[in-house]
Amino acid sequence: MLKRRRWIFAILAIMPTLALFAWVRIYPIADTLRLSLHKWDILSKNKPFIGLANFRELMGDQLFLDALINTTIIAFGVLILTIPTAMVIAALIFYRTRSRLAGFYETSVFIPHVVSLVPAAMAWKWIFDARLGPLNAFLSIFGIEPQAWLFDPVLSVICIIVLCSWQALGYAVLIYLVGFKNLPVSLYEAAKLDGASGPQSFWHLSIPMLKPITLYVSVVTLVSGFNVYAQAFVLASDAQGAPGRQVRVLVLDMLENSFRNYRVGYAASEAVVLLVIVLILTLIQFGLLREKGKA
Amino acid sequence: MTDTQMNIDEHSEGRRLRRKKQTVDIAIDIFLVVVAILMLLPLFFLVANAFKTPQEMLSWPPTIVPNNPTIENFSAVLGDTPLLRWIGNSLAFACLSTIAITITSAIAGYVLGKFRSRTMNFIFALFLATAIVPFEVYMIPLYFQAKSLGILNSVWGLLLGYMVMSFGIFLIRQNVIHSIPDELLEAARIDGAGELWIFWRIVLPLLRGALGALGVLAFFQAWTAFAWPMIIATTRESYTIEVGLALFQTGFTVDLGRLSAASAIVLIPSILLFVVLRRNFVQGVASTGLKE
Repeated sequence: MLKRRRWIFAILAIMPTLALFAWVRIYPIADTLRLSLHKWDILSKNKPFIGLANFRELMGDQLFLDALINTTIIAFGVLILTIPTAMVIAALIFYRTRSRLAGFYETSVFIPHVVSLVPAAMAWKWIFDARLGPLNAFLSIFGIEPQAWLFDPVLSVICIIVLCSWQALGYAVLIYLVGFKNLPVSLYEAAKLDGASGPQSFWHLSIPMLKPITLYVSVVTLVSGFNVYAQAFVLASDAQGAPGRQVRVLVLDMLENSFRNYRVGYAASEAVVLLVIVLILTLIQFGLLREKGKA
Repeated sequence: MTDTQMNIDEHSEGRRLRRKKQTVDIAIDIFLVVVAILMLLPLFFLVANAFKTPQEMLSWPPTIVPNNPTIENFSAVLGDTPLLRWIGNSLAFACLSTIAITITSAIAGYVLGKFRSRTMNFIFALFLATAIVPFEVYMIPLYFQAKSLGILNSVWGLLLGYMVMSFGIFLIRQNVIHSIPDELLEAARIDGAGELWIFWRIVLPLLRGALGALGVLAFFQAWTAFAWPMIIATTRESYTIEVGLALFQTGFTVDLGRLSAASAIVLIPSILLFVVLRRNFVQGVASTGLKE
């Protein structure tokens, strides 16, 4: 009797949240999958089922392929720049935990992660500005020619990678710090007695033991890299009559197809591609973690 | 004789090691201070630019600290754009989202943590599975839902996308399992307490720390949202501050000084808020990396 009453409470309590989830998460996800298989345009009345035709069209769509390649380069670029830097910085901050400045280090590395995207991107836009920016001014000290950072096809992608890494770094450092705090101290003491130097124990102890954390941070960084949008939008849009080069990214291409070309079904199939990429990355993460558990 | 000799040797050896450690410590500190300053430099540039005159903005080489600081940019940008309105929209959106996420996560996290059964585990798995799917994947169907409800260009439309948070439920569930003993709940039940009373009077007070961390996280998530407000809020009056700034900077006549002033108005309060709530925030984010 008592047990039943408790059960009824549990069901009643979970119901509203479950209903909300079904409404704003599960239904839209399912709808994305459904739309991707339809020729669903806002303008036309007929919205027939067309199977995988949207996906087949995507494979030949130069704009989409550009976006896919750019986004992949950005995601992996951010990964390569962020993970090693974050690991070293976290190790050094952890080493200096007792320093009076430890709080300052942690806060200042983390602030770029919490500030609003658009104002932060605006700051970088000025730094990269070809005519007025401090980056070119700084490079000219060393006799390097001024570069058109935001116009050059290669350089503009690098700019986005730098901006995204600047934002992602704080999160990675924070997670690594948690990881360092959970490592067994005794192991390091033993290594020290055996004559291992600081960098040696970092290389031979910390890196292997932090592998699960590295895996987790890598996947989070990659997934958010694949969802890049605001950074590309701000860096590439016009200011002072000087249009930057538009770096096409997946989310931008998707929104353009949906809201400018009114091809919602087609945009949904792009969303499904994004979903598949994210799922593969997550599966790789779980797979590698399990493998490690067995070993 | 040899004993004292060895002692002296040991002492000088120890002093040498200590001095070496000190040198290393100082080198690391210098390196970290440089890193910290580099990380903050772009934000410093932005604030400095906000105080520059248009002439100084165009000077080459660029100045770092404004020569004759002016607040004209601030008054101009507040006069020309509904900046305060946009900030108000963002604040309303972020607060509503925080409230909704805290409530749903508290209830669901508690139920999923303490009423374990096959059904509940299935529901939990469902919540976690949706967490893997990025928001960008399903925001277009969600947009059409907002449209059919007639809540486009309103704070309610914005809220539709940010009412629940899988990670919040996960975080609260972990806390419930680790910090609320079953015995406590059983004792209350034996004393005749109702389930609702237990949740309100025993569980919620014990979850205060975790809910605080989650609340800060939810607030910043909504405050910095971009893609969703970009498609939902399309009238000048309904922009959030992020969208307003992003579209404002595409205007041809806008100068960088004013843009920087607008950005600084947005940045400074959120940085201050972060520094005040740092402990909560760090706790919340750090727990994202800790699994089971």
